[in-house]
Amino acid sequence: MKSSTTTLFQPELVKQALKQSFIKLNPASLIKNPVMFTVEISTTIMLCVCVWTATGATGQGSFAYNFVVFLILLFTLLFANFAEAIAEARGKAQADSLRKTREETPAKKIEPVGEMYVDEVQIVPSSSLKKGDVFICEPGDIIPTDGEIIEGLATIDESAITGESAPVIREAGGDKSSVTGGTKVLSDKIKVQVTTNAGESFLDKMIALVEGASRQKTPNEIALTILLAGFTLVFIIVCVTLKPFADYANVPITIAAFISLFVCLIPTTIGGLLSAIGIAGMDRALRANVITKSGKAVETAGDIDVLLLDKTGTITIGNRKATHFHLAPGVAGNDFIQAAVLSSIADETPEGKSIIELAGKDPKSFDIPTPRFIKFTAETRSSGIDFADVRIRKGAYDAIKNLVEKAGNPFPEAITQKVKEVSGNGGTPLVVTKNEQVLGVVELQDIIKTGISERFDRLRKMGVKTVMVTGDNPLTAKYIAEKAGVDDFIAEAKPEDKMNYIKAEQAKGKLVAMMGDGTNDAPALAQADVGVAMNSGTQAAKEAGNMVDLDNDPTKLIEIVEIGKQLLMTRGTLTTFSIANDVAKYFAIIPALFITAIPALQGLNIMQLHSPESAILSAVIFNAIIIPFLIPLALKGVAYKPIGASALLRRNLFIYGLGGVIVPFIGIKVIDMLVGVFF
Amino acid sequence: MSSEIIGIIVMYALVLLMAIPLGRYIGKLFNYENTWLDRAFNPIDQIFYKMGGIDPYRQMGWKEHLAALLTINAVWFIISMFVLLNMEWLPLNPDGNPSMSGDLAFNTTVSFITNTNLQHYSGETGLSYLGQLTLMLWQFISAACGMAVCGVVFTAMKEKTTTQLGNFYSFFVRSATRVLLPICFVAAVILVFNGTPMTFEGKDTITTLEGKEQQVSRGPVAAFVAIKQLGTNGGGFYGPNSANPMENPNYITNIVENISIVLIPIALVFALGYVLKRRKLAWTVFGVMTLGFLLLLIPTITGETGGNPALEKMGISQTAGNLEGKEMRFGAAASANWATYTTCTSNGSVNAMHDSFTPMGGLTTLLGMMVNCFYGGIGVGFLNFYIFIILAVFISGLMVGRTPEFLGKKIEAREMKIAMMVALLHPLLILAGTALASHLYAGNPEAYASWLANPGYHGFSEMLYEFTSSSANNGSGFEGLGDNTVFWNIATGIVMLLARYLPIIGPVAIAGILAAKKYVPESSGTLKTDTPTFGFMVFAVIFIVAALSFFPALTLGPIAEYFSLY
Repeated sequence: MKSSTTTLFQPELVKQALKQSFIKLNPASLIKNPVMFTVEISTTIMLCVCVWTATGATGQGSFAYNFVVFLILLFTLLFANFAEAIAEARGKAQADSLRKTREETPAKKIEPVGEMYVDEVQIVPSSSLKKGDVFICEPGDIIPTDGEIIEGLATIDESAITGESAPVIREAGGDKSSVTGGTKVLSDKIKVQVTTNAGESFLDKMIALVEGASRQKTPNEIALTILLAGFTLVFIIVCVTLKPFADYANVPITIAAFISLFVCLIPTTIGGLLSAIGIAGMDRALRANVITKSGKAVETAGDIDVLLLDKTGTITIGNRKATHFHLAPGVAGNDFIQAAVLSSIADETPEGKSIIELAGKDPKSFDIPTPRFIKFTAETRSSGIDFADVRIRKGAYDAIKNLVEKAGNPFPEAITQKVKEVSGNGGTPLVVTKNEQVLGVVELQDIIKTGISERFDRLRKMGVKTVMVTGDNPLTAKYIAEKAGVDDFIAEAKPEDKMNYIKAEQAKGKLVAMMGDGTNDAPALAQADVGVAMNSGTQAAKEAGNMVDLDNDPTKLIEIVEIGKQLLMTRGTLTTFSIANDVAKYFAIIPALFITAIPALQGLNIMQLHSPESAILSAVIFNAIIIPFLIPLALKGVAYKPIGASALLRRNLFIYGLGGVIVPFIGIKVIDMLVGVFF
Repeated sequence: MSSEIIGIIVMYALVLLMAIPLGRYIGKLFNYENTWLDRAFNPIDQIFYKMGGIDPYRQMGWKEHLAALLTINAVWFIISMFVLLNMEWLPLNPDGNPSMSGDLAFNTTVSFITNTNLQHYSGETGLSYLGQLTLMLWQFISAACGMAVCGVVFTAMKEKTTTQLGNFYSFFVRSATRVLLPICFVAAVILVFNGTPMTFEGKDTITTLEGKEQQVSRGPVAAFVAIKQLGTNGGGFYGPNSANPMENPNYITNIVENISIVLIPIALVFALGYVLKRRKLAWTVFGVMTLGFLLLLIPTITGETGGNPALEKMGISQTAGNLEGKEMRFGAAASANWATYTTCTSNGSVNAMHDSFTPMGGLTTLLGMMVNCFYGGIGVGFLNFYIFIILAVFISGLMVGRTPEFLGKKIEAREMKIAMMVALLHPLLILAGTALASHLYAGNPEAYASWLANPGYHGFSEMLYEFTSSSANNGSGFEGLGDNTVFWNIATGIVMLLARYLPIIGPVAIAGILAAKKYVPESSGTLKTDTPTFGFMVFAVIFIVAALSFFPALTLGPIAEYFSLY
């Protein structure tokens, strides 16, 4: 999340957005937002009234008054446009910083000559690369575009995308075969096949989504727009029918008053901020370095019921670590530890290294003449070292037991017990022998990430069930699942198990999210309601999912769920706020409309506003300036608190519902005291 | 506490005491569970099914249900029109009353098929007994239709994923024979024993205390009054409705009728809890409805018992409250109580003249009909409430960060569209209708002088009330309005038709669409709809949508009147 520190209103973005605010006044673009479109019509009517009064019409109030109303309405529109524009500008700026990485770079394209590929390399601009083309990259080259390694292995600096400085290894034919345009090859040579045409990468799609070119309303946004359009229609009816009512009561009402009443009553606050909220949601995802293929995916993330998480890397730190040395009866502690260290000298695996680490002894301090290292093989399932007449072995319980018993030595009962105990605790026991005599057991344990169980707790309170997926046996899996606090686990998982689990949950009506990187994961990613592919993953995985995580961080799913919830909540709370405001606005404008003709209605003027004109102006001004006041909230989103749905509703209803009733009373009164000086 | 107020509290307690077991019983009917009345009613129902060639076990989708409803209504519409236009020569006309004019017959038929019972005629002079019986039949049909539709929606809410929502005809027949008929019988018997006429003989001649001879209209009054109250119909046998001593002779009958007004609408809420096995939800719905009801009831009673300050200034004692247009045998409080019951439930029968209420009473009775779901009409009251639930679920679902869902079904654009259209319809019909009338009147006050007994704010209230009453399918009136004209007959007729069928079609469609959707099990992130918090949310939505959109109109009517008077 490298750009999360940027301020909400960077000057250059504001400038850009200000310009856009005027461009967006174009009715053709505004018609997509029915609420603001009616405001635009109202503004146009007020402009006509201004001209009319300027040319000497009477009975519509002074020109100044009408002109002020016109200006406020215009500003209401501009504020709403600004909200959308600044959200777009921020999203675009974020996307641009990513896109910068993919400026024109020379590509070493391999030209097929005749029927065979010969390595005839041509330097072409990256933009001319097409899907299916093959190029090569050598150390120091910037990878010109997204692709999949078809030959070779390389270390790559992906810091331009992820902000992570440690280089990563990408190689052909595995689950880590994808390379991203803009990243830099540090070592080795790779042959890469282009997977997307220029301008069609996920990032390009995301940028288009943010810019609004291909932004489609999400189902939820459509439903909300219908609700808001409905409210707008109600108030059109209210205002239009008021004319004959007033005629009957012999109350003259100016056009400005009608328009003001209408604009104040329709939900302009949420109407003006709605698209900004949606864009900001995608922008927040982008800031979390997640590329979404549609706005809908972010929204769906908020509804997720079940989260499938891989154990390794998500719940536990990538590798197991040695945590204990358990001695066999009658063996000196030092002998065992020395043997354990020696057996691990040639062991490059993290497990092996962790044994040396735990022992706290430098292997070089031992004097070993002519060592012969025994590599781990699938048959022996053990490794070790031979020197002089010493044979040290380290391996799985049954393999070592076999070895020991074959040599005619007894396998100590205490060790068998220990091995069972370690397995039962979720650990992996490694038995160490010297000359086919058991010395002891090294206990390897999964290290659960710190703070992960708190995150699962948080998810549980959100109503999200967490499921751990692991290749471990059920016993180990159960232990880790309990320790980490996940709700369920899939042990000895094969790719199709994930798929079946997802399908079973979906059949129960639940929405499932998962993260994956391998080609094996692709069907499950496609099946899941929210499938997040790692950027390092295969092209197939990236195509199948609906989000791509540039950081390759498996815990990202948790953040994505919160972003989705925030998006919906921001919409809901601002809708509530907007509609609750109507109570105060009614009490400002309705008395103002009738008070001259029906003085008795002074009793309704509970805010004691100065004059009918000042009351109307105050209400319209409040209605306009509340939009810029709420832009920061719309962009940042309403904070999600996992306190249960009812408590959350109570809380938001209190803040935005009750607040929405009270705030405008105060606001309108204050504005009236200022406006009252002039009108 | 005065005995008047105690009487009101006792009345409500009696309603609750009866509504809870009745709700359970209705729930069993909708669930096709066995009841102890089965042995008596199964053979009767069978006769109807045989006659109609109906298979009561054939499952219907929501569209089929609506088709069945509209078919029943269309057929009987034609029959009623025929009777009302020809009753002069048809049998059962001992008093020789004339046939109706075309527009009045249209208005009357519409008014009865829509469960409104807006009456632009006086029953004793405007209808033959055949006419009265036809309308009485309609009081059963329209009420049973309301209950049947409610049964469809309950079934749709109950099922996890289905398109099979029961059989409309069997819901309809069961509602009529097993609920309406038995209770009406009991109520009618009580009325008869208290002096309400029940005869097919013509007018009687009596000698008054002054020694003069007077003609008194009679007829099958007790039967008519019973179903008019229980079916939230409200159309009186006589012009003055239940203010007339023949329809409502004493305080006891007043209690019986008052209870009948609200009994089934409340019982249906408890039936909801029984059918869905969600008692808490039913109590939440009941709580919201009761809160709204009390917020209307208390000001009405305070307003009416407080008396009229203008009269007080003239030195007329107002200690008994505002008694203009009220019956002395009921008093101000019981009349105000009835007025709130009748307007909240879309019943529309009156035991006092609403036109003569204080501005506060006028305001609350109007509001009761504008909201139209604080208990509401039989069956349809819950349907109106259902729309508000959908809107509230949508907004509050977003507020807790999830795609809104109600009883495990996601609320999406299509449902919102329907819900919003239904929510819009009521303000549209009322405001547009009143606007049209105001426009006509304001353009030429002389030509339309006969409309309004009181010009000014009160005249506006009269027009507003008439359209509100029509659109709420209530049927009561601010009787200062001269409403038997072609304009009012046709305009209110159209309003009643639209306001009856669209708000039935909408919720049934939503419930049907939702029933067919995939069921999403609840999690701790799911918004609970059976909590006080959600209840408050529904109340807020009702307040904003239903009450606030009428604020400008009310300001020019009862509110202006109020501030001018006090």
